[in-house]
Amino acid sequence: MSSALTDRQWLWIAAEFYLVVFLVGTFAQVRGRPHSSVFNYLLMVVGYVCQLMGLYLRGRLVGGCPLGNYFEILQFTAWSATTLYLVIGVTFRSSMLGYFTACLTAALSLVSLSVPAWDATRRTDIFGGNPWIEFHAALALFSYGVFALLALTSLMFLLRNYSLKSKRVGGWFSFLPSILDLDHIGVRLLAAGVTILTVSLAVGAAWWLRKTESVDVLKILATIAVWAAAGTVLGLRLGRKLLAGRFAWTCLVLFAAALLSLWAVNASRHPSSPAATAVVKS
Amino acid sequence: MNEPGLFVFGANHHTAPIAVREKLSLDAESAAALHAELAALPGLREFALVSTCNRIEFYVVAETGEAAARVQAAFCARQRFTIEDFEKFRLSLRGQHAVQHLFEVASGLDSQMLGETEIFGQVKEAYAAAQARRSAGPVLNRVFQKTFQAAKLARTHTAITEGRVSVANVAVELAVNIFGALAGTRVLLLGAGDIGEKTARAFQGRGATGLTVASRRMERAMELATELGAGALPFEQREAKLADFDVVVGSTSAPDLVVSHGATIAAMKRRPDRPLFFIDLALPRDIDPAVAGLQNVFLYNLDDLAKIADRNRAAREAEIAKCRALLTERAAALWQQVLPQIGAMRRPGETSPGASGLSSPDNVSSA
Repeated sequence: MSSALTDRQWLWIAAEFYLVVFLVGTFAQVRGRPHSSVFNYLLMVVGYVCQLMGLYLRGRLVGGCPLGNYFEILQFTAWSATTLYLVIGVTFRSSMLGYFTACLTAALSLVSLSVPAWDATRRTDIFGGNPWIEFHAALALFSYGVFALLALTSLMFLLRNYSLKSKRVGGWFSFLPSILDLDHIGVRLLAAGVTILTVSLAVGAAWWLRKTESVDVLKILATIAVWAAAGTVLGLRLGRKLLAGRFAWTCLVLFAAALLSLWAVNASRHPSSPAATAVVKS
Repeated sequence: MNEPGLFVFGANHHTAPIAVREKLSLDAESAAALHAELAALPGLREFALVSTCNRIEFYVVAETGEAAARVQAAFCARQRFTIEDFEKFRLSLRGQHAVQHLFEVASGLDSQMLGETEIFGQVKEAYAAAQARRSAGPVLNRVFQKTFQAAKLARTHTAITEGRVSVANVAVELAVNIFGALAGTRVLLLGAGDIGEKTARAFQGRGATGLTVASRRMERAMELATELGAGALPFEQREAKLADFDVVVGSTSAPDLVVSHGATIAAMKRRPDRPLFFIDLALPRDIDPAVAGLQNVFLYNLDDLAKIADRNRAAREAEIAKCRALLTERAAALWQQVLPQIGAMRRPGETSPGASGLSSPDNVSSA
């Protein structure tokens, strides 16, 4: 499949669509009027398709799932969050979820596109042609996308909780879903994120045990720390020890920790095969 | 000041927060005792008491301002308020301004929820009570009867009652913000009064099916429960069973709290992951205000609900102005009619109340 546009051009277009959704939403909130969730959803779909096209082209260029540098990782995380939004956004009252998703994905996409150094070096064939390692990496990043959406629903929970406690329920607060719905979706997203990350780590561990020197200790520690933290938070929530606002705040911190761990993961990446040492200078 | 006149003093939602109003509120027994006490005051010709959740106001016809002040002193003594403290929250008007105020109260223009119609009935009840106790005389009879005419006129000739939102509907909307769909929500109604019943019906209208009524009078609870198709709970079990409910509507006339902070903590330990929503429609309040600080607990009292219900006030400003103009015109006409009656109370040699400017703005204060 050929394209008149480059991968980065598609990704710029996608980021602009996300930005438009965010700006339209912000304008509507400032004016205190509801915005069309159907229209915004369609804009998000268009942005998503553009991002998918950009990532597809990049994937062909690097010979696998595009997770070889910070730019690609952030783009993939944003794409994962949008994927989840498009799936779950229609299942509950979520015009505000679309707004916050657009805000997050626009920020991740634009920041990643605006720092040329993050995409200066493109590594090809980083998974050494091993589809299982590629599957492991894609799943891990997808779980981070789930945590991104969890962070958004947690933020919405905190805003709803604030509005109800402070008795300011009018204006744009009225577009937020109910506090119980937000709590339920938060638990489900966390459970999904932990499950996906667990599968990802299990797949990665199976290959790591065959060749333990292939992965840096820092990467293992960072990944296990995020997984353990997410699992602990889920356990505490299911055990009714971590609830409501504290649970929401913890989920926000969890996402921040997950983002920080990407630095450790990327910085300590070892080529898994000689082919992976090939580098494409942009 | 030492001239005969029509006076109104008291406290309402404009001048006093709910925490003060509940201290000033009178139950039926105290109101009767106060009535008997006031009836014996020298210089007091007529009086009526309008007491609702949002206001306690004395309408007094007295030979002198000092006589009117004695009513205030008697009320403060009964409620264990110093005069100085009371004056911080006091509404005080006289003459035509007092008439105008009663007109605005009865028409719903002065209500916390603009345009509400329940106040009309409450003013009628206050007048009926004054008549029954023979404390209403020629001046108050005329003023109250004209008040009812003016209120009806305001409601039919302006759109002041349109666009209003009831406390019950606001409470239900808040519950939706907390629980989403209300189909599985369990509601406990404390008290079997009118406002509680309306709120319960509003919940049922939005799909809430698990409704239980608890009242200090079990037979009344059973009666209302049957009407609503709900269950009944012995009132003394309300705190022990608190964890079984998602929404608790407090609407009793109990003089003290009926749901404590401690009982709420105990309930939340049993259901920490499910929110508990208290709607306190009572005055004095039923629910300990401290529960608002608990995680996953939400508490709204009458003032909170009324503020939310009144969000569309700005859009109704034109009707407010139209209604006020209509009432001002009628209040001025009525004042001219009652002025001779009040003037007749003067002792020989005193100037007329109209000439001394009873209705001048100088005679208005709202601390």
